[in-house]
Amino acid sequence: MTQLANYFASIGRTTIEKVVAIGQASLMLFGALFAFPKVKNIGLTIHQIYVVGVQSLLIIMVSGLFIGMVMALQGYTILVNYGAEGSLGPMVALSLLRELGPVVTALLFAGRAGSALTAEIGLMKATEQLSSLEMMAVDPLRRVIAPRFWAGVISMPMLAIIFSAIGILGGHLVGVDWLGVDSGSYWSIMQSTVEWDKDVVNGIIKSIVFALVVVWIALYKGYSCVPTSEGISQATTQTVVYSSLLILGLDFILTALMFGIS
Amino acid sequence: MTKVVEITNMHFTRGERTIYENISLSVAKGGITAIMGPSGIGKTTLLKIIGGQLVPNSGDVIFQGENVHKVSRSRLYEMRRKMSMLFQSGALFTNMSVFDNVAFPLREHTKLDESIISTIVKLKLEAVGLRGALGLMPSELSGGMARRAALARAIALDPDLIMYDEPFAGQDPISMGVLVELIKTLNKALDLTSIVVTHDVSEVLEIADYAYIMANKTIIGAGTPEEIKNSDSPLVRQFLNGDADGPVPFHYNAESLQDDLLAVN
Ligand SMILES: Nc1ncnc2c1ncn2[C@@H]1O[C@H](COP(=O)(O)OP(=O)(O)OP(=O)(O)O)[C@@H](O)[C@H]1O
Ligand SMILES: [Mg+2]
Repeated sequence: MTQLANYFASIGRTTIEKVVAIGQASLMLFGALFAFPKVKNIGLTIHQIYVVGVQSLLIIMVSGLFIGMVMALQGYTILVNYGAEGSLGPMVALSLLRELGPVVTALLFAGRAGSALTAEIGLMKATEQLSSLEMMAVDPLRRVIAPRFWAGVISMPMLAIIFSAIGILGGHLVGVDWLGVDSGSYWSIMQSTVEWDKDVVNGIIKSIVFALVVVWIALYKGYSCVPTSEGISQATTQTVVYSSLLILGLDFILTALMFGIS
Repeated sequence: MTKVVEITNMHFTRGERTIYENISLSVAKGGITAIMGPSGIGKTTLLKIIGGQLVPNSGDVIFQGENVHKVSRSRLYEMRRKMSMLFQSGALFTNMSVFDNVAFPLREHTKLDESIISTIVKLKLEAVGLRGALGLMPSELSGGMARRAALARAIALDPDLIMYDEPFAGQDPISMGVLVELIKTLNKALDLTSIVVTHDVSEVLEIADYAYIMANKTIIGAGTPEEIKNSDSPLVRQFLNGDADGPVPFHYNAESLQDDLLAVN
């Protein structure tokens, strides 16, 4: 009996400790993120935008191009049966803007930048660089975490927009230049079908939500990892797995909210 | 004599394990205080407690008259500008050159001109004998050089207290001698108070003004180097002579080896 009681007590204790730890971590993170930014930290944020954003450009652009091309190819072979190949433009544009742009960008971002963030922070922890910042009276949350957080949240929506734009061009390349769809209808039907607030803005909102999730997970996993080589490798894997799953799950919820009930 | 650090009746546990049981010690201003003890006894932990990175379960830790664990977070950060810690690994920032590493605390906490910062950095690097290495990256330094570069960074802001975590570990006899000298001269020249945590007994007893020996979760001996060397406490004698057998266990707590091995069959 007492063993059972002890068992439940220990579960309760661990849960409370975990919740308290997460609560403290979130509070501290919020404090650091929304504290008035110093001029120096703006410079750091810009540098991080270069690291996580600009350096992800190539993979985002290449993937966008190929996905746009594949979509045009697949779409054409279906639409041409109904003589509807003129609708290729809106088909490519809508799928990219609403779904593939934000989702694939976020997945690629998690693999390219998220894992790198976790590994970097984890290694800084393992080599006592974070501790030594604290001992130098520099708050690592402000100095290391906050610039990376904001850089990720700013970069990802832009990357998603670039992804969609390149994808649409890729669709044009295959659909119009190769398969012979009329260029005028590719653009004009696209223009008349795509709605600014419904399609473009919703896509950007999705992308911002994904950015928050990916960057938060990446930084939290790095900051709280066990400071050994296994700990870091585990944290890096978890970042990619958890953020990918959350992106896909949240995408369903957001799509249902945005497009489900009309 | 005024005390820079004063610890009273401090308890500290990691999960289920007790690291410290009711210890009290104090560090006199202007002196070099050695804290010695076998590996894994919690010496690094003690420095992190003094620095406010770990919080003891009970007891007080006073730094310059203020309780490190009772002040507000912003006050703690102000207090940390007056103390500085040389980490066991050096903990240089790997993405910055030696120069930028030493300049880092100056750039963070002062509004000095780059030209003045450059002068200060060169002086600090000269003090540790690394002025020629200011353009190198941390990955290009040997372990001993990295530790000296970290020392230059630790004294960049002219702290009141500097805590050395195992400064001699992994050093060849020559750099060991250099470091011992360096700790002594810096302490004098910069009017510092130093805490040196180590298990290299003979080196540190040369320069220390006062020493504590820790084992079995408590302080087993304290005194001036003379008193320590002449102590007749069996615990202290075992530690000084480096005997594996004695009142201080060398092994991490475990069942007896015989039971453990026979249990397999
Ligand atoms: N993050 C941690 N979580 C749990 N236990 C820890 C942690 N860090 C250290 N310990 C435990 O605390 C004890 C003291 O560790 P500490 O690093 O302070 O030892 P030390 O005296 O500095 O040893 P060394 O001379 O080898 O550096 C060790 O026995 C270790 O098992
Ligand atoms: Mg240690």
